[in-house]
Amino acid sequence: MDKAFEVLWRIIAGASLVAFVSPPFLFLFGVIDSSALMLYLQQVVSGVANGCVYALVALGIVLIYKATETINFAQGEILMIGAFLAFTFINILGMNFWLGALLAAGGTALVGMGVDRIIIRPMVGQPAFAIVMVTIGFGFVARSAVSMVPGWGTDSYAIERPFAADVFTWGEIAISYDHAMIVATTVVLCAALFLFFRYTKLGIAMQASSQNQLAAYYMGIPVRQIFTLIWGLSAGVAGLAGLMLAPFTFVHTNMGMVVFRAFPAAVLGGFGSIPGAIVGGIIIGIVESLSGFYLDEGIKNVAAYVVLLLVLVLKPEGIFGVVHRKKV
Amino acid sequence: MRYQFKTEYIQDIRLFRWGGARAFWTLLGVYTLIVAGLNLFMPGQMTALNWVGLGAVSAVLYTVVVRKVAGDALWYGLLGIVVLTAPFVLDIYFVSQLTLVYIYAIAGVGLMLLVGQAGLISLGHAAFMACGAYVAAIMSQQGYDLLVILPAAVLISAMLGFIVGLPALRMTGIYLGFATYAFAYIFEEVLARADGLTGGNNGMLVEMPQLFTFLDGVKIGGLELGPIVIDNEVKLYFLSLALVALTILVGINILRSPTGRAFSAIRDSEVAAEALGVNLAIYKTAAFAISAGMAGLAGALNAYFLSYIFPEAFTILVSIELLVMVLVGGLGSPLGVVFGAIFIVMVPEMVAIAKDILPPAIGEQPGLKNGVYGLILILFLIFEPLGIHGWWLKAKTYFNLFPLYKQGLFKRQKSYMVSERDR
Repeated sequence: MDKAFEVLWRIIAGASLVAFVSPPFLFLFGVIDSSALMLYLQQVVSGVANGCVYALVALGIVLIYKATETINFAQGEILMIGAFLAFTFINILGMNFWLGALLAAGGTALVGMGVDRIIIRPMVGQPAFAIVMVTIGFGFVARSAVSMVPGWGTDSYAIERPFAADVFTWGEIAISYDHAMIVATTVVLCAALFLFFRYTKLGIAMQASSQNQLAAYYMGIPVRQIFTLIWGLSAGVAGLAGLMLAPFTFVHTNMGMVVFRAFPAAVLGGFGSIPGAIVGGIIIGIVESLSGFYLDEGIKNVAAYVVLLLVLVLKPEGIFGVVHRKKV
Repeated sequence: MRYQFKTEYIQDIRLFRWGGARAFWTLLGVYTLIVAGLNLFMPGQMTALNWVGLGAVSAVLYTVVVRKVAGDALWYGLLGIVVLTAPFVLDIYFVSQLTLVYIYAIAGVGLMLLVGQAGLISLGHAAFMACGAYVAAIMSQQGYDLLVILPAAVLISAMLGFIVGLPALRMTGIYLGFATYAFAYIFEEVLARADGLTGGNNGMLVEMPQLFTFLDGVKIGGLELGPIVIDNEVKLYFLSLALVALTILVGINILRSPTGRAFSAIRDSEVAAEALGVNLAIYKTAAFAISAGMAGLAGALNAYFLSYIFPEAFTILVSIELLVMVLVGGLGSPLGVVFGAIFIVMVPEMVAIAKDILPPAIGEQPGLKNGVYGLILILFLIFEPLGIHGWWLKAKTYFNLFPLYKQGLFKRQKSYMVSERDR
């Protein structure tokens, strides 16, 4: 039975991959003309940019999951808080864009650490489901609280950016500065995270705590503080993601709904794999963008979930996931 | 830790834990004795009012005298009287609020069986409710009898639940939550797109259903019978009351049956359950089907309650609201579900009242209701994981054990190193 699912998964994944890379070859063989190819590439580029936002949100979720086995449904709300903080620093207080972005990420990290310290810590040892519900509860509270802050409220805002909302062209493909910034930030952030986890003491301690809490504890790593820091790191990443999502969905109390696109990304990549989250996010972004352009608008809305269901049924461990089996 | 010692073999499979059946028969016996005695000594005095008065007297007598033998029949009786007379005493607004409590309780019993008993997580119960609601709305439009509509709503939702349960065979824990969520989202989108049948995003009006249409024109002894049209709040109230009683009865029965035992075995350890001969494929899908069927029933009633339905009325927020209800009420007990349903219906009312008291800067906010939901959920999960039902249990144990109740009796046990990864 499992074998059949695996084969089916390979067929579907392979066919999708072939379909995805085929347009340039179709162009070379003269089946489609250059404008059709450019349209296609245009969609892919915007899909990658959107996917990078999903990837960053998924990255935050996976960081927390790997370490604490908590699935943070409030990641979207933390992202929203980040966006609102950025809005405050940049628009209301009139700070420099980059400085405001950094401060917003830092502020969001503090929020994340607070969440861990105040509401997650007392729940340690409870069933995973209860902890998930606590994060959902925090999401409700956060949304409600943000809508009550004077100057924030339930309106939509746009964050002022140093680069205009126009595009530069590369060949015939138009790329907006917003998209370019998203991709660039994602790449820089991923590189930074990689170096951090690879070469710093703190990063290695974080990895150790994720792999085996007890062993890490015996090695003298303060596991609880490390978990708080991981929440902070993950929230900071979410804050940056919020800043980058702002040009597309605007800063709004409901922008946290993006988390429901990030879960398919995380599952597709293999829940608990950091590169998986990035790849999964980008794939989900591309799938959404292409299905929205070539198929129906309704299909675009459900595309992420169709992928999620397919992955869960056919290959629950995802692309980069590791299979765990319980020993009896 | 609190232990319940077994004193009888049937103790934990009794339908009414406090000996309800026995209590009922003793009450009836006391009543008959008194009536017989009175008839013997005071013939010709038995008017209708006296019958009722005698009932009350015998109930009090019974409580005082035979309570030790009988148990809590009085409480069941009182509860029955309260819920049956409520619509004639209360304001119509409260009647409809109570109806809403019943509707939520029906869905809650289903979710309780799935989450609390079988340990399977569903973030997509709104979809089953939507299924039931649309089946009811479409079939009422066609003029079917309620006796056909409700079973159809239950069956179709249960079939949907069965289909959703199939992926559950290959995943556990929160993955199942994702899968059900994905399904619910797709289902909502389908409802919005299938506008020929469902009216799409414009929604559809729900016609009032008819009960017993086959009685149309039937005469028994000069008395002309006809179908009952459920066209006002009181009729809908009694319909929901009957169905919630039925659902809770079915729920309790499942809990004490081998099926319920199999569910809790799956919840505690799938591997161990399988080793003990529980067929995972059958019981997991059955849990989903039963739960979805109950949610479908609630959805059908909800359609009549709202009298206008649209896909947006069944988003993930509804699914989460149901989960909040089950958790705040107390996971794993039908009584807790009812508490949770009362809670869910009362919070908006409380918030509406609080709006007048609070300063307008906070009170006028549209997000206040959800914030209060979230806050209460967090507080309950951290400080009282047993939910409102836990309060009830503690109060009862306190009085039962007086003055020996200990603070740590219900202290939850922390389990460290639980890992969902190796299940």
